[in-house]
Amino acid sequence: MTREKIALSPAMPKCWNPETKPHKFCPGCGHGLALKMLGEAIDELDIQDRVIFGCDIGCSLLSWDFFNVDSVQTHHGRTTPVITGIKRARPELIGIAYMGDGGGYAIGAQHLVNSATRNEKVTAILINNTNYGMTGGQMAPTTLPGQKTETTPYGRDPEETGYPTLGPEMVAAIAKEGAYVARGSIANLRQLKKFLKKAIQNQVDGNGFSFVEVVSSCPTNWRTNAEATWSFVEKDMAEYFHVGEFKVPGQKEEK
Amino acid sequence: MSEKPVTGERRVFMTGNEVCAWAALAAEADIMYGYPITPQTDIMQYWTRLAPKFGRKFLQTEDEISAGFTTIGGVLAGKRAFSATTGPGNVLFQEPMSMAEMMRIPTVVIIPQRGGPSTATVIYSQQEVTMTAFGGNGEGFRIVYSTAGHQDLYDYTIKAFNTAWKYRFPTFVLGDGYQAKMREPLTIYDPAQRGIQMVKTEPLVGLEGTPGRDRPTQYLRNTYNTEEELYEVVMEIARDFEKAAPEIVEWQDFDTDKEMDVLILAHGVVSRSAQGALPLLREQGIRAGHFRPITLRPMPEEQMRRAAAKAKRILVVESAYGQLLKLVQQSLYGLAKPIDTLLRPGAGVTAEEIADQVKEGR
Repeated sequence: MTREKIALSPAMPKCWNPETKPHKFCPGCGHGLALKMLGEAIDELDIQDRVIFGCDIGCSLLSWDFFNVDSVQTHHGRTTPVITGIKRARPELIGIAYMGDGGGYAIGAQHLVNSATRNEKVTAILINNTNYGMTGGQMAPTTLPGQKTETTPYGRDPEETGYPTLGPEMVAAIAKEGAYVARGSIANLRQLKKFLKKAIQNQVDGNGFSFVEVVSSCPTNWRTNAEATWSFVEKDMAEYFHVGEFKVPGQKEEK
Repeated sequence: MSEKPVTGERRVFMTGNEVCAWAALAAEADIMYGYPITPQTDIMQYWTRLAPKFGRKFLQTEDEISAGFTTIGGVLAGKRAFSATTGPGNVLFQEPMSMAEMMRIPTVVIIPQRGGPSTATVIYSQQEVTMTAFGGNGEGFRIVYSTAGHQDLYDYTIKAFNTAWKYRFPTFVLGDGYQAKMREPLTIYDPAQRGIQMVKTEPLVGLEGTPGRDRPTQYLRNTYNTEEELYEVVMEIARDFEKAAPEIVEWQDFDTDKEMDVLILAHGVVSRSAQGALPLLREQGIRAGHFRPITLRPMPEEQMRRAAAKAKRILVVESAYGQLLKLVQQSLYGLAKPIDTLLRPGAGVTAEEIADQVKEGR
């Protein structure tokens, strides 16, 4: 590496693949922040050579060559079973399934629910940006009431389309002792990293299923500027999607 | 590690599903993932009873989509992983199998066909030929063995693992509900004692060393950005498939060395009825032969054409409404031979019925 390059390189986690940076997510997208916290978590836990990273379809697939960890890009909604299959065959590996809200709460909901029920020793990370970003901003299971998307042009009407999915609340309700469930936000990265580390550590310790939802942003499809983007993440989404830990092994549940 | 499940050779009397479980054990399969559906479920039931005794694993998934994708996961981790399904379960399997096709993941799936379309019957058919060979949103780069009985089930289940891992295409053992539920005598054996070496498996993720430092990182994908990029990928798979096809194709022929009045084309258990029809026809002075493709994908086209060239006409017999027929027409294109059919979707066919059809069709 030349001196000039070193001077220009921003600080990035050791386990990131520098050759695929800058990454391909839109400016202002929360994926990059979530993946940075995940990278730091992997570095701090010193598990780079044991992690298998699986990514879903949708914007999350842009992370397929993001890390210097063995990675597999799967089908829409099917990352959880692929990682489950790997983990069942080789329990010494650490399986991370990375997906969006469509992959986890809609097309792959049965896999999330049943992995949680079986207490699969894998870690699922789900990015909630209230819409289907890759296909151009349609309604997702997490779209807020009244929110305009390409398939709810007059705003999401809960009478017609139901209320946003509360994923961690659902997973916490069906998961048993040993599971770790939390919701973090790109608005609080230190806390998000703490949750991600605990979620991975929980798998390393062999306790059970770990699930972290990340409240994230999508300025491209929200058609918001920086100020409005942060306002939507920190106010509108925060009001509906409560940040915190929902299930911690060996601990009384806290909100 | 536990002792070998099958040592030496042993004469047994078993259902086809039990045979498949024993064959997977003998083939050193590490893990089965599956979801119950009749008439496949007993494979799982035998496996779950036998596997723990030999240090093998099992996962019952939430549906067949998950069974297929977890099987893929097991293979990616470097294990000899398999599943079994049928009918509507086979429909759901097409999604994961299209991924296996694109990414050259050597999955093995055993399919005792049941009636279709839809839920249909839990009993028997040959209606999953098209789906097993060509399902998914692609070209059908898969290997399909059609078994005719219990010895076949044992032999080809073992072989399926080796073919899959040698050529890296998803491989299927296509049986049917009759074979699954019926008992037959057969010989089970330790493959090693017959000189059958199990092809070594290797992990596609979770390799030794730190990725990016000690070795290149494994990046596996099935998504491509441009038409040109995808075209190159698919054409490479096509070339590999076509190159491997002559080594993979298998067939049997009966009385096809001379000129024939009729060549009976049938696969799977129906082939046994066709074999039974030959002496009945001979008694009546009809010169009949029979050709049985064992691999339906790739199809032994050349061998079938050679046999067909010696016959005045062809009779295609199957427990489906024209699925084998389509493959035969494709294989024999350009050969000017009349094709008669006996198509019985979801129903069995006897030797007498085939002999009658031959006489009727004259």
